[in-house]
Amino acid sequence: MDADMTDQSNSEIKTGPAGLAGVSTEPGAKKPDPILVADNITRTFGGLTAVDVEHVEIQRGAITALIGPNGAGKTTFFNLLTGFDQPNTGSWSLEGKSLKGVAPYKVARLGMVRTFQLTKVLAKLTVIENMRLGATGQKGERFWAAPFKFLWGAQEQSVTEKADDLLARFLLDKKREDFAGSLSGGQRKLLEMARALMVDPELVMLDEPMAGVNPALKQSLLGHVKSLRDEGRTVLFVEHDMDMVRDISDWVIVMAQGKIVAEGTPAAVMADQRVIDAYLGAHHDTDLSELDEERLEAEVEAEIAQEEDSK
Amino acid sequence: MDILEILRAALQQALGPQAIVFALAAIGLNVHFGYTGLLNFGQAGFVAVGAYGMAVTVVTFDAPFWLGILMAIVAPLLLAVVLGVPTLRLRADYLAIVTIASAEVLRFVFGAVETKDTFGGSNGLNGYAGPFQRANPYSSGIDLGVVSFGRNDLWSLTVGWILVAVCCVLVWALMRSPWGRVLRSIREDEDAVRSLGKNVFAYKMQALALGGVIGGLGGMFLALKQASVVPSDYSTLMTFYAFAALLLGGAGRVMGPVIGSVLFWFLIAGLGSFFSQSAGEGGWIPEVIMSDTQASLIRYIVLGLAIMLLMIFRPQGIIGDRREIAIDGR
Ligand SMILES: Nc1ncnc2c1ncn2[C@@H]1O[C@H](COP(=O)(O)OP(=O)(O)O)[C@@H](O)[C@H]1O
Ligand SMILES: [Mg+2]
Repeated sequence: MDADMTDQSNSEIKTGPAGLAGVSTEPGAKKPDPILVADNITRTFGGLTAVDVEHVEIQRGAITALIGPNGAGKTTFFNLLTGFDQPNTGSWSLEGKSLKGVAPYKVARLGMVRTFQLTKVLAKLTVIENMRLGATGQKGERFWAAPFKFLWGAQEQSVTEKADDLLARFLLDKKREDFAGSLSGGQRKLLEMARALMVDPELVMLDEPMAGVNPALKQSLLGHVKSLRDEGRTVLFVEHDMDMVRDISDWVIVMAQGKIVAEGTPAAVMADQRVIDAYLGAHHDTDLSELDEERLEAEVEAEIAQEEDSK
Repeated sequence: MDILEILRAALQQALGPQAIVFALAAIGLNVHFGYTGLLNFGQAGFVAVGAYGMAVTVVTFDAPFWLGILMAIVAPLLLAVVLGVPTLRLRADYLAIVTIASAEVLRFVFGAVETKDTFGGSNGLNGYAGPFQRANPYSSGIDLGVVSFGRNDLWSLTVGWILVAVCCVLVWALMRSPWGRVLRSIREDEDAVRSLGKNVFAYKMQALALGGVIGGLGGMFLALKQASVVPSDYSTLMTFYAFAALLLGGAGRVMGPVIGSVLFWFLIAGLGSFFSQSAGEGGWIPEVIMSDTQASLIRYIVLGLAIMLLMIFRPQGIIGDRREIAIDGR
């Protein structure tokens, strides 16, 4: 079955920057040039094992999608990788540097920047101030330099130019002077993504970037994500929108119940029986959120039944 | 009813040393709460440590006056580190609990019999303010018609208001900078700030220290003005008055705490004078309704009511930004 699948995907595979041609489609497959490597990561909440990843590698310069049903542990995995949560076991490294026990802000400084599924915009700051905050190495952020504008004024200007540039690309330039708290859900997603890019990250981790973004904007967002790859950055994103996954990702990793159950090119993964079982279901093209709900309900019912059995 | 007398009493307090002490305490709180979102319920502790830092250095350790002034800055700095290191990594409420408790502990330690040799017990310390009084350049007081201040008060007020102005300029300069932007962002969502590579703990520590030192300057000023420090001055009431002043004026605004403090003491004194004239002998409020003692206390009820109404109809404070309140922090 595997050989068959590789054949099929070879015709689809995007060579070039991603360099993922010929990579095995087994879960935890070795990549030619991994930027991020994680081993034996587990995280339990009480009795629930939210994440249990044996081995995973993220290819440098590629766009990797992390998909899976609600509650699969994708967000928790993001939190663990970026230091916002601590795993029970495991080790992981960015560009060979271990990130175990490294504080979130240091992870960001090392070039791994994430956005949040539940957006975290700074409501009582203007959009442009939100953006400026993202810039790194600001002289004016040091206490002793802060009172003296001549020390940081010039840098602030270049930061602002960069911010305005990004705002224009994300079609938020008209909102420049508005409080971020007045933005809609989709606009908040955009702002958070644009703000993360102010950091100039090597690896961008986006948690459901398309949720709540209107279809017209989605297209241009897809373009931005692709251009990130063209600039040499690595993108890892969680998404339920299968069109987006199919359109832009070079590689897809499927999680279910905390484990990685499949990997491969988009086309290969979507044809994979394990994925269809775990996630896509028989109605491949029906609305996924509806499907998720059904699945979740079924899961909950099963759990309740199990608990009652054990009593 | 003597309106002029009410106005005189109100202005005397609004421009006087009390307003300065609470303006400084509230400017510090503004850095903590208004800008960074830190819940410091023990600002009185920082004020006390500023006052005692100076007095103890000069009186107990017989050190020169300038070293006393230096210690009025160093002592609150140390307190900020001691309180901040264990709590600032935790959720916001831990700082609130620790600060309110430590302020009380400090007050009891300063007033305790066991530490009388160092802190002077409940009578406090005095005899350190000589150099300050001798530096007074004025030869007489000032009479502005409605209000008048004696020679010593005039000197204290000059120094005090200059101190307030300097702190305001410093806060203004800091808060317009990228450093201030990080602080305001922490107030909104510290995880977002972390995710962008900023060391949130270090910024919170700096904010706690800065606000504490400004509060400590308030203590130093009070100690210089009174020429004595007594522990009973630094009760939790001081913290709550400072918070009242801050909210009255507008948190997160440079001038908010100053306007709030001036207004707070204007109202306290003005209402006090109004009710003491109104009740008792010769007043228009009959004895059955309100006695003399009640008249001296009713102002706090009225002031509390005023603050409540303000929070309902103008929650951003006197000079706050309406737009900010309209934002919901989803
Ligand atoms: N802080 C937490 N406390 C308890 N359970 C949690 C916590 N965070 C996540 N979980 C559980 O872990 C599982 C994975 O959640 P999550 O990572 O958010 O899934 P996903 O992002 O894939 O939808 C879910 O069952 C969720 O209920
Ligand atoms: Mg999630």
